[in-house]
Amino acid sequence: MKKAIAALIAFLFFLMFVNILNSDSEEFKGIPKFGEVNLTERVSNKYISKSVSGDSGEIVYGKTENAESGSANMVTSIVVNYRSFDTLGEVTVLFLAATGVAILIGGGQRKSLAISVNPIVKISARIIATLLLAFGAYVFIHGHLTPGGGFPGGTIIAAGTLLMLVADDKKRTSKLLKILEGTMGFLYVVIGIAGLLVTGSFLKNFLPTGTMGNLFSAGLIPIIYSVIGLKVGAELSALLDDFFAEEGRK
Amino acid sequence: MIQYFSIMLIAIGIYGLLSQKNLVKLIVSLNIMELGVNIFIISIGYVADGKVPILSPIVNKSSMNFVDPLPQALVLTAIVIGVGVTALALSLVLKVKESYGTIELDEIRGDNA
Repeated sequence: MKKAIAALIAFLFFLMFVNILNSDSEEFKGIPKFGEVNLTERVSNKYISKSVSGDSGEIVYGKTENAESGSANMVTSIVVNYRSFDTLGEVTVLFLAATGVAILIGGGQRKSLAISVNPIVKISARIIATLLLAFGAYVFIHGHLTPGGGFPGGTIIAAGTLLMLVADDKKRTSKLLKILEGTMGFLYVVIGIAGLLVTGSFLKNFLPTGTMGNLFSAGLIPIIYSVIGLKVGAELSALLDDFFAEEGRK
Repeated sequence: MIQYFSIMLIAIGIYGLLSQKNLVKLIVSLNIMELGVNIFIISIGYVADGKVPILSPIVNKSSMNFVDPLPQALVLTAIVIGVGVTALALSLVLKVKESYGTIELDEIRGDNA
């Protein structure tokens, strides 16, 4: 009976959302039809042509110099340049979640595995974890040129940590991770305040943006994304370690 | 079509949140709902035959036909927050299991109906 009511409510929600979806008409502007989006009337058009604070002409990969935002990856230019303040809040939320997990279940001794792990698995886990660390660093350093960035890069690093934690039940993450995490969060705010002092806006880019498509371009974006990558990697690694801590035993 | 699919995922999530009594299943429902919302937000930014919004040696001019990068940036935020919420919720479930010995909501309340 309860399940039937739940199903009914869910179905009503479905109908409601579908009605909202089909409500786009001449007199009432709703959600546009799938694929029929007019980007020229959206703010994203300014982000794509990098002309928020004035028209800078067409952006060409490998040629344009000193564009407003030098990142070839437009999602990155939104995440850590135009809406960097948003990302600072996001990083704060992740920090709060990791701290909450550490308060709730962290601090215990390492949970021992029920099965014994073969030495071959342990050694190959070390090799793969090293590769994952290098790949994570690659992903967040190239965040302004390729798909990826600080959050995926940090998650890849945390995946390496998870592999080590699963393969060897003696392993713990270092206590220095918390210090690294805090330092990186502090550094993000310091970069923001430096932008405030140099340009007058919090987190605004004050470095030259260089030629679009080069590794050393886009001003602050690679620096901030490296900071975020290290922070997210350290945070998620410590979080995974908390889940491997045993209840009660200190 | 993909928009109907994402709305269906949201509805499945709502059904799960309303009908399930297992705390882990509730978290899974929450994640399904979040997935539906994320797919829906990305689908709002889709432009027919649009390219990935990353300039590269092949897609090299900003005047080309790109999909909307703004919903993708927002979904990146939403995914990260979803990870944080899920981790916090799972650690709360661990604490509930520790003090009640069960993660079924009706057994915690005491009525074994």
